[in-house]
Amino acid sequence: MASIDYPLEHPAVKEEEFSFSNHLYEWVSTVDHKRLGLMYIVTALLFLVIAGLMATVIRLQLAFPNGHVVDPDTYNRLFTMHGTTMVFLVGMPFVAGLSNYLVPLMIGARDMAFPRMNAFGFWIFLFGGFLLYFSYIGGGGLSGAGSAPDVGWFAYAPLTSRAFSRGASTDYWILGILVAGIGSIASAINVIVTTLSMRCPGMTLARMPMFVWVMLIDSWLIIIALPPLSAAQIMLLIDRFLGGNFFNTQNGGSAVLWQHFFWIFGHPEVYILIFPAFAILSEVIPIFSRKPIFGRPAMVGAVAAIGFISLGVWAHHMFAVGMTSWSNTFFTASTMIVGIPTGIKIFNWTATMYGGKIRLLTPMLFCCAFLFQFLIAGLTGIMLATGPFDWQLHDSYFVVGHFHFTLVAGLVFALFAGMYYWFPKVSGRMYNEKLGKWHFWLFLIGVELTFVPMHFLGFLGMPRRIYTYEAGRGWDFWNLVATSGLIFQIPATALFVWNLLISSIKGERSGDDPWDAWTLEWSIPSPPPEYNFETIPEVRSSRPLWDLKNPNDPDWRFE
Amino acid sequence: MATTLDTHAPPAVGEWHLPDRGTMGVIFLIVTESALFTIFVVAYVVYIGRSLGGPYPKDVLDLPILASICLLSSSVTIVLAEHALKHKKVGLFKIWWLATILLGLEFLVSTGLEWRKLIYEDHLTISTNLFGTTFYSLVGLHASHVIVGLIFLSLVMVVSLFGFPIQTQERRVKFLSWYWHFVDAVWIVVFTVVYVIGR
Repeated sequence: MASIDYPLEHPAVKEEEFSFSNHLYEWVSTVDHKRLGLMYIVTALLFLVIAGLMATVIRLQLAFPNGHVVDPDTYNRLFTMHGTTMVFLVGMPFVAGLSNYLVPLMIGARDMAFPRMNAFGFWIFLFGGFLLYFSYIGGGGLSGAGSAPDVGWFAYAPLTSRAFSRGASTDYWILGILVAGIGSIASAINVIVTTLSMRCPGMTLARMPMFVWVMLIDSWLIIIALPPLSAAQIMLLIDRFLGGNFFNTQNGGSAVLWQHFFWIFGHPEVYILIFPAFAILSEVIPIFSRKPIFGRPAMVGAVAAIGFISLGVWAHHMFAVGMTSWSNTFFTASTMIVGIPTGIKIFNWTATMYGGKIRLLTPMLFCCAFLFQFLIAGLTGIMLATGPFDWQLHDSYFVVGHFHFTLVAGLVFALFAGMYYWFPKVSGRMYNEKLGKWHFWLFLIGVELTFVPMHFLGFLGMPRRIYTYEAGRGWDFWNLVATSGLIFQIPATALFVWNLLISSIKGERSGDDPWDAWTLEWSIPSPPPEYNFETIPEVRSSRPLWDLKNPNDPDWRFE
Repeated sequence: MATTLDTHAPPAVGEWHLPDRGTMGVIFLIVTESALFTIFVVAYVVYIGRSLGGPYPKDVLDLPILASICLLSSSVTIVLAEHALKHKKVGLFKIWWLATILLGLEFLVSTGLEWRKLIYEDHLTISTNLFGTTFYSLVGLHASHVIVGLIFLSLVMVVSLFGFPIQTQERRVKFLSWYWHFVDAVWIVVFTVVYVIGR
């Protein structure tokens, strides 16, 4: 199964002369799932840096009372573009990139089910992103009003109507996200079909790696939850360009309907974003604890449960708009229920580590931090799910602290874990462990400094999205602490980028299987050849590589 | 048990069949399209009877009986076409396929005439009231799917008329047929919501 005789001595295709244009042509015209996956991830990292710099400006503005770093209009654009970019141009391409790169390798396939649709998905996503950012130039429109979108990432009606959002900035927001969403849906359908139709012989659903399971259900959520956003955006376009009345309260339309439609998408979306974290942890923790994952069926069941329950919790974002008490009760209850499978997952990861031989290398460090921080994020989520509590803290910095704890202290930590873990596979070289540890500790300190005080600020009554505040409200100290976290976060991120760049050129050769892992992607050379598997492997258990390495004690005897 | 060293060779992986990827692709395309339509249908239902001014559905909407019959029977003719292709009767396939296209076109023309009447005689446009907004959006979204379907159906028609061996493409013809059935099924929902419940 392992193709040890790669590279072939006499390649069938004569190697072309290396030139920049050849290279560019290869990347632009590629339909290879690994290259597209990398392109997704690199794009996501670039947008992450851009949106991170926006957050830096936001924090600098709020560091001291009566800040004058940016004016109020610019501030509105900054938080809108920061949120929109992070969700649609960082989170979504990470989902697509990780699943593109890894799913075929893990299920023993040579490519995705629809390679050309895959390329289409990437390019339309990328140009959707460009369209959103072009608003900085073209957002003024014919009337010259507006620049980048400034309506917030959930663009509540009626702020988005022609009367209140002049110029073309909101249209760029709508079209950019609509177009990028088509790419996400294409990629999600591709992942689902690849998982269902391209698995190698013996790879039953019961033996499929946890990563693939999570990504399968993630893609299911994407194809169910993204169209509602597209539909709502089409309605908004009809309102803005054809004079429709969907969200026009002057003519009987309902602004609350937009909120419903947006959050029918928006809440599953946050699960779509956090699922890659679940997927990465379910691979990294077992490998670095030297134990198979604890309670595999329960883990799959929990993910599937989230995949369905999370479709019915959306209105917990709307407790403050004045729904009926029945609605409030229902959405409080359903939100509490979705906490149960999430809790199961945290227990099972902990149980996987319990009694294991833990190797505290960089990926594992990030996973451990994830467990603690995501637990806190989950608990503040349960607090906010309670209607009366939410009435008190709705739209306050407590909410900002909550979702940044899930997405930064949670998702981003897991993404770092995943990138360190699969870096040797992708590049064929080992990252610098020392730099990795520096990155981890600096980033950990920075994240805690920035996001823990936000919870306190919420309790102290600071609303979200204010561009400044006056001195003496008790917010000065915690805001300064939150901003000071940047001193750690920025060098940490720079170290990470530096580590990846330098290690991919000068790093030690890692070999095919540096972690002594159990899933199929480690059975092939690093970096993987274009055809992935020289011969399609056959699988007999959920740890095919363990079976190969331990022929005397294979898993298939017990499964 | 692990203590007794088993020297048996690993068990053979038996017969290995997975669903066809094209089939799965079409199924999940239909799933995601259904989610899109659901939101438009929900918007329509939410706004039934909420228009602040006329014209109202009960005053201006007529049941599009003929158009509906045409569209629904096109689902039958496309199955007959598929059946003919399965038995390699390419001539018969072309006849049923053409019938499907014509029935689809009839539906589209009826919709066009209905809209023309609504706009010019009843003065109902997309910006008049909530009924206009939701009606043109939902029916228009469906009609745009009919148009896309017709484009693909015509493509198959044209290439087979120019002598392309269409019998080699039975699988792809099946996918088109599924999409067409989906468009028909959506019409049943739209018809019920717009012309029965909403009136």
